[in-house]
Amino acid sequence: MNRHLISAGDLAKDDALLILDTAEELARVSERSIKKLPTLRGRTVVNLFFEDSTRTRISFEAAAKRLSADVINFSAKGSSVSKGESLKDTALTLEAMGADAVVIRHSASGAPYRLATWVHGSVVNAGDGTHEHPTQALLDAFSMRRRLGGLEGRKVTIVGDVLHSRVARSNVLLLHTLGAEVTLVAPPTLLPVSVGSWPCEVSYDLDAVLPKSDVVMMLRVQKERMNAAYFPSEREYSRRYGLDRDRFAKMPDDAIVMHPGPMNRGMEIAAEVADSARSTIVEQVANGVTIRMAVLYLLLGGEIA
Amino acid sequence: MIIRNVRILGGEPVDIRLADGMIAEIGQGLDGPESVDGAGAIALPGLVDLHTHLREPGREDAETVQTGTQSAARGGYTAVHAMANTSPVADTAGVVEQVWRLGREFGHCDVHPVGAVTVGLEGRQLAELGAMADSAARVRVFSDDGKCVDDAVLMRRALEYVKAFDGVVAQHAQEPRLTSGAQMNEGVVSGRLGLTGWPAVAEEAVIARDCLLAAHVGSRLHVCHVSTAGSVEILRWAKSKGWNVTAEVTPHHLLLTDDLVEESPVGAYNPIYKVNPPLRTRADVEALRAALADGTIDAVATDHAPHPVEDKETEWSAAAMGMVGLETALSVVQEAMVETGLLDWAGVAERMSVVPARIGRLAGHGQPLQAGSPANITLYDPSVRTKVDPSAFASKSRNTPYEGMTLPGRVVATFLRGRPTVLEGKLV
Repeated sequence: MNRHLISAGDLAKDDALLILDTAEELARVSERSIKKLPTLRGRTVVNLFFEDSTRTRISFEAAAKRLSADVINFSAKGSSVSKGESLKDTALTLEAMGADAVVIRHSASGAPYRLATWVHGSVVNAGDGTHEHPTQALLDAFSMRRRLGGLEGRKVTIVGDVLHSRVARSNVLLLHTLGAEVTLVAPPTLLPVSVGSWPCEVSYDLDAVLPKSDVVMMLRVQKERMNAAYFPSEREYSRRYGLDRDRFAKMPDDAIVMHPGPMNRGMEIAAEVADSARSTIVEQVANGVTIRMAVLYLLLGGEIA
Repeated sequence: MIIRNVRILGGEPVDIRLADGMIAEIGQGLDGPESVDGAGAIALPGLVDLHTHLREPGREDAETVQTGTQSAARGGYTAVHAMANTSPVADTAGVVEQVWRLGREFGHCDVHPVGAVTVGLEGRQLAELGAMADSAARVRVFSDDGKCVDDAVLMRRALEYVKAFDGVVAQHAQEPRLTSGAQMNEGVVSGRLGLTGWPAVAEEAVIARDCLLAAHVGSRLHVCHVSTAGSVEILRWAKSKGWNVTAEVTPHHLLLTDDLVEESPVGAYNPIYKVNPPLRTRADVEALRAALADGTIDAVATDHAPHPVEDKETEWSAAAMGMVGLETALSVVQEAMVETGLLDWAGVAERMSVVPARIGRLAGHGQPLQAGSPANITLYDPSVRTKVDPSAFASKSRNTPYEGMTLPGRVVATFLRGRPTVLEGKLV
């Protein structure tokens, strides 16, 4: 494995499977009454969050703490960053504090690559702009594997704002590596012009794709996209690309529904679909902690007690 | 003074006698007291840059007229056109005269200020173009470079108005709505990297419109930093109609491609490659080279854009756009055009001196190296290959994409009206 986890594309199949298998082992620990492992005792993990994301931050925090690492939360708000300190100076500060791993969330695509040139510790990308979110893809793959068994040959449909989605980019890369067949479904305005070069299929017609899907992953649609004329109205988007009850019924009986959250209920996904037994949305949150434990564990070279 | 043993445009070795700022005589075994040994270097007419950002007034931390013209002289330039996007903007006779005077004072190369087309580069009201033309700076090139004159009516008026003093509008062709928040060329790489795309059509659509406008009003149009294969097609078409359209290409667009943003020796997303217009694809580079070779693109212009380190050592989206280029331009052109057999040295002289001087209406530059011409001469040794070392630049800024690359050639000496500004590669 690389020293950093910045792109899902950096993971060879063996690396990805190792992370998923390690997560399985760690999941068993989470079932114990005492969930904590001494593995990363004395190591320091910094959560460097330039963007508000309580969900992802607490997920990483819980993961690091369960491995007994010291956790420093550094959020851009109220810090020197809001006073104009550069990413480089922040990186050098963390370096001086002796961070073994820096988990970074940033609104700028590629910020983790820049950070990695200035720090010695491992850099874990917790979402960079519209680029990638590799631990989300890993937890999605983990959730799929738990529900469906293997991923080889499974048909995964990802629906929504692919253009601006770091979740979609990471999922396409990782699922392709793991042997799944991905189809992206979106209005043409929300697909990159170069999407034809990605290792996946593309469709504009959700109804045609649903009956052939083992997994349907709905992406959050940002309301501000409407103002930029990516689609005419929320209602039209919802009618054409939303997963409502009728569409849900077209899915095979054992197919699952996923969403990286936070959801717009009633927009891209109907409440009753989100809450159905075939939805993995709550599991995804729990699996997030487990997969992040596995990532930190493997990057920092810990041992399972 | 006599310059001995130089090869004019790569021809047979000769001596050149300089007197009173002019070329007095060219021949073999000329007699005289003072001489410079050219050691077989190629002699070119002093290079002329149509597109230089000297940053003064306003951003003297990045570059000044002094350091920028030193950088120009080191690169073999005897004249540069200083772009108008300073602070304050060069949109009045006062500002252009200040820049022009600073250039004269330091004397490393001639500085010809470019006047802004619109007040404050804001694209709303024409700047006092006539006053700038009539000033001591005698402005002939007008540009809002950095911003596009996207209002079609304003562009038409500007094209028409400058006819009165034989001016030219140099357009930065970038449709602003199509490039809102744009970060890099829109294509395979931008899609993977999740960086907002900068579509080729945003440049091409403006060039097409401007060619049609220039034809309609019978004016002269110059297109800055052409970067796409589609733009080349449009220019070829406009020229085939006999319209008075010229265009420039930067050295970096002749050599570098957008995949460097994803993978390079300096790491992914390194803003050293962030530039406006963005680096494009290999197919675009090939089209630009062919266009420069066949004359569809008339000139090479550096778009020398100095930035301090802190404006580049950032995340990609926060970084400033631009690259320094004066001191590497000739080497890059040799690498991209001469080594590939697309241009000979006469062609290089044409594209980097003769034609840019003509476009800028600079009577004293871009003249053939013959008796009676002003002694603006660049001596260049194409036989060496050296690693680019930014710390050796005369420019105040170091934002070069070529750091560590091995490029051919070296400027040995530069003469401005008979006076050496650079000798043995060093500033005089």
